[in-house]
Amino acid sequence: MKDQESDPQGRYKLQLFVTGASPNSVRAIANIKRICETHLPDNYDLEITDVYRQPLLAHDKQLVALPMLLKMHPHPVMRLVGDMSDKEKVLKGLGILPGLQEND
Amino acid sequence: MAISPSSKKELPLLQKTPTGIDGLDEITNGGIPKGRPTLICGDAGCGKTLFSLEFIVRGATQFNEPGVFVAFEEKADELAANVTSLGFDLKRLVATKKLRIDHVHIDRSEIQETGEYDLDGLFIRLGYAIDSIKAKRVVLDTIENLFSGLSNESIIRSELRRLFQWLKEKGVTAIITGEKGVNGLLTRQGMEEYVSDCVIVLDHRVTNQISTRRLRVVKYRGSVHGTNEYPFLIDADGISVLPVTSLTLESRVSSQRVSSGIPSLDEMLGGKGFFKGSSVLVSGTAGTGKTSIATSFANEACNRGERCIYFAFEESPDQIMRNMKSLGMNLSKHIKSGLLNFQASRPTSHGLEMHLLVIFKMIRQFKPSTVILDPITNLVTVGTVSELKSMLVRLIDFLQKEQVNVLFTALTLNYTVNEQTDEGVSSLVDAWLMVKDIELNGERNRGMYIMKSRGMNHSNQVREFVISSKGLELVEVFLGPDGVLTGSAREERMLMEKAETALKSFSQGRKDREIDRKSLQLESQIESLRSEFESVKDELNKIYLEDELRKEVMKKNREQMTLTRRNKGGSGNPKK
Repeated sequence: MKDQESDPQGRYKLQLFVTGASPNSVRAIANIKRICETHLPDNYDLEITDVYRQPLLAHDKQLVALPMLLKMHPHPVMRLVGDMSDKEKVLKGLGILPGLQEND
Repeated sequence: MAISPSSKKELPLLQKTPTGIDGLDEITNGGIPKGRPTLICGDAGCGKTLFSLEFIVRGATQFNEPGVFVAFEEKADELAANVTSLGFDLKRLVATKKLRIDHVHIDRSEIQETGEYDLDGLFIRLGYAIDSIKAKRVVLDTIENLFSGLSNESIIRSELRRLFQWLKEKGVTAIITGEKGVNGLLTRQGMEEYVSDCVIVLDHRVTNQISTRRLRVVKYRGSVHGTNEYPFLIDADGISVLPVTSLTLESRVSSQRVSSGIPSLDEMLGGKGFFKGSSVLVSGTAGTGKTSIATSFANEACNRGERCIYFAFEESPDQIMRNMKSLGMNLSKHIKSGLLNFQASRPTSHGLEMHLLVIFKMIRQFKPSTVILDPITNLVTVGTVSELKSMLVRLIDFLQKEQVNVLFTALTLNYTVNEQTDEGVSSLVDAWLMVKDIELNGERNRGMYIMKSRGMNHSNQVREFVISSKGLELVEVFLGPDGVLTGSAREERMLMEKAETALKSFSQGRKDREIDRKSLQLESQIESLRSEFESVKDELNKIYLEDELRKEVMKKNREQMTLTRRNKGGSGNPKK
């Protein structure tokens, strides 16, 4: 695990879009923070954005389903939708767990 | 189901938003339900996107209702480019804050679902877009794409329900498009479940290799609406729907008359020609001069300074113009002055409904006083006779409403059988002229008669229809002991009559002269008698005078004698 975290791709750049203090948003924030602390300690930047406050972002960032975590770095860009309760899928989406293919 | 008794009560309360789409508002009695979502569904390529986009553009340009177009399929630039040909300048509308296009892109390959979510992102975007331009109209094209981008169907369904509720609360009039589903479903994902106020189905059918787009209002809760399938047209002006079945017979009528362009025909029609706004059918076999009659009607309209559209389904405009020049009609000057408009097309270029739509459109744009369709029979090639009849019924209805004179020509292939069912329109038209071949004495002549002419005194005579370089003329046929004479037989007969008259007048003159001579003779006789009388009188006078004279002389003589006898002294009788 440690090898993967400090891979040459550099720090993870993550942005989490939430909608105020909705139950999904609250859960998503808690979940992603826990996952990042566990799997990417000190190797990530997480920005949490309340879309209600910046509605223009919804258009600019092509937001539809919320909450959504946007992984901007490392490539490829991934959009993780939901309250991040499915830990395995979050890890796959972040590229931490291998074997990301079409699920469901 | 669409109109329940309870919703019927609030019928007058239902507010509608005019779409601005040509003809649709007539079918729906004013537009789609205001402040509610309407579903438009149909196959790929049937015009859903264009339809909804025109709704937005017309709203922005004609009704001052800004609109938001949420595109799930195409990017804003692509959309703008697609509709430039229709004269929709989306970029300008966007710049003037009349329109917002939001392209929602969902790429499943870069999405990982990790638990519970909602579609708040879409709500926020839409809400922001609506508020930023104070939109009254919203289009979601095609929202079903959400189902392919996201996998949690139950979330999407509940969110869609919430979305439509939310749109209603916002008070925007929305159009949701959906692709036609399988197994009779209107849409793939059963959108009709959520949008229950108004459903419009678009269809694109190909029959006999000719495609026709059609539209049908399947459901309109709380409102009456036309339930038929209406053809619609996508052309340079956008969409036009044709509310083709006019249900009423309330067209105004005129008692004004218009000339047919053939003075002798006008004469047969009570001396004044057809009624204004009437429909005229000219039927006849090939080569009987139907087109010539039609053109002369058109020419006459233009000569009066009125507009005329000539729909030619057989000949090209140039051909007609050249041919008519030989009859002394100069059509090109009317084309130049813009009074005459030729619309030549092959019947097979569209379906019947399309033809009708094109004709309607042209008539609305050009506003002619006279329309010619030459010949309607050719349209049968793209439809059945009954279809053609229903098309013509609607066309005649429409034209009568607009007070346009219309002249159809129809080719009769077999004129011995059943003249009464000429394309089935003969009962609809106001006047029906038949042109027939009359074959006699080894030559073919044209005979014309008026089969019917409603509301006017018209001639029941068969006339000979003569086409010459002087134009068209109807000549009275000669009714002789051998029946009707036409052509050279008529000419011969006429010559004969002429000769007879000449002879007659000659003999008349001779008699006159004889009488003159006789009277002259008598007069001279009178003169001679008179002179005779004079001479007799003279003679009488002479005798009388002589008598007198003799008497005188005798008297003198006697006196002399007496005197002499006395002188001799009584010598007896001197005579002895």
